[in-house]
Amino acid sequence: MNSMIALAVIASAIRLATPLLLAALGGVFSERSGVVNIGLEGIMIFGAFFSVWFTHMTGNAWVGVVAAMVFGVVAASLLAVISINLKGNQIIAGTAINLLAAALTAFFLELIWHRSGSTPICPDMLTSNPFRLLEGIPLIGSLFKQFTPFVYLAFALVFVTYYVLWKTPWGLHVRAVGEHPKAADTVGIGVYKTRWTCVLISGVLAGLAGACLSIGTVGLFREGMVAGKGFIALAAMVFGKWHPAGSLGACLFFGLCSAIQIQAQSFGLNVPSEFLAMVPYVATIIVLIGVVGKAVAPKADGQPYEKDEA
Amino acid sequence: MREKLLNMWSVLKLPLIAVLVGFLVGAVCILAAGSNPVTAYVALFKGSLASIPSIGETLYKVTPILLTGLAAAIGFRCGLFNIGGEGQYVIAAISTVAAAWYFQWMPHFILVPFLLLIGIMAGGFWGGIAGILKAKMGINEVITTIMLNWTALYLSNYLVRTVLNPATILGSTPRGHSVIVPEVARLGKLRDVIPAFGFSSVHSGIFIALGVAVVMWFLLFKTTLGYEIRGVGLNHQAAEYGGISSAKNTFLAMFISGGLAGLAGSIQMLGLVYMVNQSTELPGYGFTGLSVALVGLSHPLGCIPAALLFGILENGSRQMQLAGIPKEITAIISAVILVFVAGSLLLKYGSNWYEKQKMKKQGLKQGSPVMDATTKGVE
Repeated sequence: MNSMIALAVIASAIRLATPLLLAALGGVFSERSGVVNIGLEGIMIFGAFFSVWFTHMTGNAWVGVVAAMVFGVVAASLLAVISINLKGNQIIAGTAINLLAAALTAFFLELIWHRSGSTPICPDMLTSNPFRLLEGIPLIGSLFKQFTPFVYLAFALVFVTYYVLWKTPWGLHVRAVGEHPKAADTVGIGVYKTRWTCVLISGVLAGLAGACLSIGTVGLFREGMVAGKGFIALAAMVFGKWHPAGSLGACLFFGLCSAIQIQAQSFGLNVPSEFLAMVPYVATIIVLIGVVGKAVAPKADGQPYEKDEA
Repeated sequence: MREKLLNMWSVLKLPLIAVLVGFLVGAVCILAAGSNPVTAYVALFKGSLASIPSIGETLYKVTPILLTGLAAAIGFRCGLFNIGGEGQYVIAAISTVAAAWYFQWMPHFILVPFLLLIGIMAGGFWGGIAGILKAKMGINEVITTIMLNWTALYLSNYLVRTVLNPATILGSTPRGHSVIVPEVARLGKLRDVIPAFGFSSVHSGIFIALGVAVVMWFLLFKTTLGYEIRGVGLNHQAAEYGGISSAKNTFLAMFISGGLAGLAGSIQMLGLVYMVNQSTELPGYGFTGLSVALVGLSHPLGCIPAALLFGILENGSRQMQLAGIPKEITAIISAVILVFVAGSLLLKYGSNWYEKQKMKKQGLKQGSPVMDATTKGVE
């Protein structure tokens, strides 16, 4: 009985960690290149909405996934134009994307389905395990029953992100641009191009995170369904010290907190759920203070780069 | 005279064009929804300005966002990005309701100022946490204030569910909101003095907010503290060299900023809402405050027309909805204004290009770039 509860908690922790992880990896790309992405929340809203809309139109949830990525890129390019080319304020740009996403999706909801609140349920979803074989594994087989394609995708992307950013020449360029853009520019690395690419990748990943919340979990879009998860992803990225493996650990930890919060009653835990919900935010502040190993942002994070035109 | 007008135009063109673009994009969305933008905007302004009660309702909406706008503005002036207005508002709101309940034995004229002070201190404390972390350890205030926003929300939810629930205090059935602010602690309604305000909820808080705007103008531009805060915001190294402590002023600016957002929460509680609800979402006043400060060019007096604009948008949306236009249009307009302000350099490039062409004609070298009015603000 106890092991069943433990498995259920672990499975739900991993499921809850998945959207956070996807968005946090997006944050890693963007911030490693020097662009702060407060707009993760808004891009997730776009991803959640457009994946549902396109699934409704085509009847195929995978088309929805592609749509989430495409519209994630569209939203991210707004951030890229403002923060890279116009050298505007990245925090304002991100906040603007968050507000715009909430307003536009509510508007489209009204326009397309003539109602507010939520969309009808999708004809196709991605909520079941794509690898049935794994369910046959003794003891932990039941774990995999709950895993959606997004779970596998997110975990694979942790390795991809690590490999790309730390083991390839391009990844070295990205990190150089995020630490010292002027030096990178001097040796011939295109600062603008690198940042653009990274911000667009963060759009793809945050869009996927949104799709994971809608067609990968409940099969519909509801206003306010993202409810701060983009900010938890941001916290996870900081908590994970701007590193994919660290973000993975942070997301699993935060996911576990929410899983316990949901299932606290089933094992008689008497911690107020609000305090469990607070954990990600408080933990991130503690990490920033440096109690358990200091988290330091890339040096040029948040600073626009002005090319000298001599 | 002409010089002065030109100067004024160069300062005001950014917010004015941003607002214009916001309304244009809004018009496109209205067309997409199959309605007439003119009808929509007429309804919008009619709904918020056509009668004394609707003006009153607009002023009611203006009150909290003027204060959160001032909060964001003083942060900008010190080079700080306080997006923690949300959390500071929430903490102050819950503190005010709690204090109003436990100190309801006090007479009205002592209780109300006392409660407003509680709100200022609670918000100031919440902002001060981020301030001290920034001042002492150089921790980015953007991340800490975001984290503190959600921490505040869940703390407030916890208090509403337990200590401040009517079930705990009065022994009634559990509810999704806190106990209600007693009559003695409430701010006066304008309609009780001037019956013409009719149904509108405008209360004396609007005078407090306007007064605070003037006080903040005085503080920023006529006192040593304001001079130091602006000095740190413009160039903290130079300020330090000139003997101004950047740490001290960073903390003070965050404390004042938090205090102002807190005052917004306090006034909102005592003015109309009277209770705190359990919620999964942040109230949004802090974010609107950012827009208000940016459109108001981070000038305390500039925040007044900016807050009025956003108040009109918010209040007019209901009338627009009655005219058959989706109410989300106003939120889109606000967001587009913010997008445009964020990319203010678009404008700068435009004007720089224009200057270059002019100078080429006159055979001169390139002049100095236009000042960054986004966050540095104007005098």
